[in-house]
Amino acid sequence: MTTIKKLEAVTADPKLFRGTEFDYAESENTGFTNYSYWKSTFRTFFRSPMVVLLTAVITAIVLMSFLYPLISKVDPTKTSIMPLEWNLRPGKEHWFGTDTLGRDIWARAWYGCRNSILLALCIAASDVGIGMIAGAFWGYNRKIDPVMIELYNIMTNIPSTVYLVLLAYIMNTSFLTLFIAMASRGWIVEARFFRNRILSIRDSEYNIASRCLGTPMRKILTRNIIPHIISLIIMEAALCVPYSIGSEVFLGFVGVGMPVDVITLGNIVNQGRASFTLHPYQMLLPTIVLCIITIAFYVLGNRFADASDPRNHV
Amino acid sequence: MARYILKRTLRSLITVTIVFIAVFMLLRFMPLNGYFPDEMIKETDEATRMAYLRNQGILDHPLVQLWRFVKNLFHGDLGRSLTVYPKVPVLTLLREKIPVSAAFGFVSMLLGIVAGLAMGLFMVRFRGKPGDHIGNIYILLVRAVPSLIYLFFIQIWVSRWLNLPLVYYENRPLSWILPVICLALSSIAWYALWLRRFMVDEENQDYVKFATAKGLPKKQVLRKHVFRNAIIPLAAYLPSDLLNIISGSLVIETLYAIPGTGGLLTTAIKQQDNNLVQILVLMYAVFSILGVFLGDLLMAFVDPRIKLTEK
Repeated sequence: MTTIKKLEAVTADPKLFRGTEFDYAESENTGFTNYSYWKSTFRTFFRSPMVVLLTAVITAIVLMSFLYPLISKVDPTKTSIMPLEWNLRPGKEHWFGTDTLGRDIWARAWYGCRNSILLALCIAASDVGIGMIAGAFWGYNRKIDPVMIELYNIMTNIPSTVYLVLLAYIMNTSFLTLFIAMASRGWIVEARFFRNRILSIRDSEYNIASRCLGTPMRKILTRNIIPHIISLIIMEAALCVPYSIGSEVFLGFVGVGMPVDVITLGNIVNQGRASFTLHPYQMLLPTIVLCIITIAFYVLGNRFADASDPRNHV
Repeated sequence: MARYILKRTLRSLITVTIVFIAVFMLLRFMPLNGYFPDEMIKETDEATRMAYLRNQGILDHPLVQLWRFVKNLFHGDLGRSLTVYPKVPVLTLLREKIPVSAAFGFVSMLLGIVAGLAMGLFMVRFRGKPGDHIGNIYILLVRAVPSLIYLFFIQIWVSRWLNLPLVYYENRPLSWILPVICLALSSIAWYALWLRRFMVDEENQDYVKFATAKGLPKKQVLRKHVFRNAIIPLAAYLPSDLLNIISGSLVIETLYAIPGTGGLLTTAIKQQDNNLVQILVLMYAVFSILGVFLGDLLMAFVDPRIKLTEK
């Protein structure tokens, strides 16, 4: 009783509050804003100058690596029999110098970028695509949960070198074998990630509340769940790129990667390692390009994840 | 609890069996020529090689080989290496190599936990300040740049800069420093990253706001409340980390020429050393599944709110 009186005393204070005319139209006006999830996500994402810079750099590198083979006539596999053209330091004619066989490293770096980015994008597409679908089933179906967990344990425990060597025996090591070996196990890791996220989104309080209020499932799916999943897909796909480039370098190091004559960033780095003490630039320059690619994708993936969280929207 | 452990053990046994049989069968599809080095194929004729394979039991039906392997395993006979270290018993090989990898792994694991947690704590304490940014850049570099690249540059440049030996020598402790640090680099980044993330999550909890409102100094809130709750999820990974030390690191052991277990599995697969691959896969699968299992138990132990038997 006393509290109500106190409240009345506060609201009635004419120094603090002013009365207003009743306006029907105004009273019907709800707090609706034309908030668009994607617009806010991208606005938050591109607010940071570093993100803009990295996006520009990545776009330039990807464009360059796909256009270079079309516009340039330099053959990256052309060796030279003249020792004078071997191990040339970076200069006007060969921007990144030449390697131990006189091949132009600038051209090799771009061809390598193209092949490595292509492989990484294929793996990202298959891992995230298959993983997302499998993860959705896994998250929504309680019955298959124990089976899938065991399948996950089995698949992650069979060393991928086994498939790689076997595949290399069935067909020659190539883009395809490396893709199969890496993709055959990547999807289940992604599926587990999506399963966990879908479980937590599906049972989160705002969705339960929404369901209780009678929101149709279609609307919950399109407005609450799918935007969340799509931003996860974009993030995971971006993070797949540094991972698969790293795996390719690693497999080359182990000796089960791409054949030596295929130009990939992994092969360039591993071949450059041998001559590093004498001619450091042969490895250093392509490695810098590789690191820019992996770091940029990693940063952009993480930044996008932050930006897609509505709590960070203003 | 006992029922949960029993059920989980049975399921893990099934998983290990499937992994093992899958790898065992895959190995039997390998080409027969793969059992011999190239020079040997040039020098010997088909019949001699076949006789050798028959003698080794490789030409028997895979199921016969599987039965023989299981029987020997229970007699404590792990077989002999075929191609990587011809005729050396696998057990001797493991006894020689595991201690080397485990010693390096254990020291670097401790270093990783101590330095990683300290770094995470430091980054939270100075969140948004230069110290935090430096930590983030370190984590970014370690996680985004392929490990082979930075490990190679550390070996070449840091060893020259600090005048440390370039490779491992058994009797020169000075040469052990770099490999240990290199092994710890990624786990430092991992612990720092997740500790920071979990601590930031905890900081938004009501009990932390309450503790701050009570007037506790920030340092004490962080150490007594936030830190203790934030390390619980990390505890789940501790058993896996501990068990994984025996498998060594391929890149680091190759770069520094450490005679550990690091490259053993990959080399054995490439040279089709069936006996060695089988044992290693069996061992690693048991350890990795056991690690996850122990991690779940440990988590339930340190956090009474977590109940494994429910659901």
